[in-house]
Amino acid sequence: MRGLRLRGVFALMIAAILAVTIAACGGGGSSTTSSTSASGNSDNLIVSNPTNGKVAITVGSKNFTEEYILGEIYAQGLEAAGYNVKKKLNLGSEQIALKAIQDGQISGYPEYTSTALGSLFSVPADQIPANAQEAYAQAKTKLAKEGVEAFPPTPFADSNAVGTLTSTAEKDNLTDISDLKGISQNMTLAGSPECRERIDCLVGLEKNYGLTFKKFIPVDIGLRYTVLDKGDADLSILFTSDAQLANSKKYTILKDDKELIPSGNVIFLASKKVADEAGPDFRDTIEKVQGNLTLPVIQELNSEVDIDKKEPAAVAHNYLVQSGYIK
Amino acid sequence: MILLASIIDSFTGAFDFILHSRQAVGSGHADVPVGGIPFIWTFARTQLEVSAIALGGALAVGMPIGLILGHIGKGEYFAVGFGNAGRAVPEIAVVFLLAALIGIGLGNVALALGILGLPPILTNTFVAIRQVDPTAVQAAEGMGMRPWQVILRVELPLAAPTIMTGIRTAAINIFATATIASFVGLSTLGDLVTGTNVYGTDGVVAGAIVIAVLAGSIEAALAGVQRLVTPRGLKLQRAARSA
Repeated sequence: MRGLRLRGVFALMIAAILAVTIAACGGGGSSTTSSTSASGNSDNLIVSNPTNGKVAITVGSKNFTEEYILGEIYAQGLEAAGYNVKKKLNLGSEQIALKAIQDGQISGYPEYTSTALGSLFSVPADQIPANAQEAYAQAKTKLAKEGVEAFPPTPFADSNAVGTLTSTAEKDNLTDISDLKGISQNMTLAGSPECRERIDCLVGLEKNYGLTFKKFIPVDIGLRYTVLDKGDADLSILFTSDAQLANSKKYTILKDDKELIPSGNVIFLASKKVADEAGPDFRDTIEKVQGNLTLPVIQELNSEVDIDKKEPAAVAHNYLVQSGYIK
Repeated sequence: MILLASIIDSFTGAFDFILHSRQAVGSGHADVPVGGIPFIWTFARTQLEVSAIALGGALAVGMPIGLILGHIGKGEYFAVGFGNAGRAVPEIAVVFLLAALIGIGLGNVALALGILGLPPILTNTFVAIRQVDPTAVQAAEGMGMRPWQVILRVELPLAAPTIMTGIRTAAINIFATATIASFVGLSTLGDLVTGTNVYGTDGVVAGAIVIAVLAGSIEAALAGVQRLVTPRGLKLQRAARSA
């Protein structure tokens, strides 16, 4: 009897915890409709080239939503071009991914310009250009010395950004980060713990923009929207391609008008040797499939995976079909 | 040998981080000083403060319940079952769940940590009171002591060593878990441990060393308190038993 009661209590506790967790997780999203912007265009269609079938390509990615989607987009595009494509979409850090290219375990993977320069080459954040093309040129030169070819950047940039509730932005008339001057001393800023010492985060906001904040609140990046929703912080460090920003007017990103935050466009990195041997279709396909990846599109794709819980492969396939790259 | 040398290297770097201020990793031309004793103390102080508040709360709630349930000899299912269930819950889950539910900040983190400290205090207090020699309780009652006098003057002193063991467990749990408060709004030593991009390996190891030293100090201090509150009679009894 006692054993039975105990089990009942446990079942209740677990049910309660689950219910609470699900309720907490479900709060974020609102959008379910798909709205990839570009319309199908037959000129975009990737043509399969039978000679590519002899070339084996392994597409890698790091292990989070946006990377999974990008890895799938490149892999499925190359497959459509006739390549013999395998996938390794679970590499840990950029150091591991770069090593995997150099060891020949993968042919290439998508990386962010800011991460490539900052993490792979230890370029201080204040010396990484906020301009996408300048950052790309710098990364391309450095990577070429490692035997790695960097492809041109995607239209979208996944950068850190200062965000706030749209209601706050409207109340205080905020569009640029500079607009915070004069009111930021009454505002709290939430960011990852290391934001406090980062030149492209709190330190830069204080030194380059001349802002002071009432308080800096360190939080896990998983709570970056929760702190705004709960009113625990007035400002929060967000990522520009976040799923939560798709089709939503709830949050506002303040424009980095002093170009403090490094460019976070994606560049596909591939082994120079593999890229040369794979023939012209390889380069053409990679540049083509990323052509429609604007910020609203990647936000939508991220939200389809993170919020609607669809598979990255299916989301990537839809994107390629709707853009007219594959049928 | 190479491993040993690299361990010594990282410790040397960590002690340098603890003792001297330096520039943050990746700070470029900007002046971003990190490290040094005053710098580390701000994190350590936050962690000690929130731990103390949480432990105080857990004591204020757990001890009276354990004392009363133990004295009347009821609620064993609750006191022991709650304790065991409490220990099975992952601490990081409680902290993040409360953060998502009620928000972040000192009060909420203290509440989450207090909940984690409650089970060992409650269970140990209950068990300790139940284990008090019943003849001593009967003697006290026979001398005309009232129930609250029995609890405070007979049961509590005799139960003190076991209760203190629970408090030590709770204190170490709370202090160690307070490290992750860095992710829910408080700047504790967890900032250092997770901040490899700005503090470097030296800062990470330094944070770990400071946490370990402080946890050890808390444990040693409470062990001292435990010796102080153990009645002389119990010590003599134990000495006699082990002799």
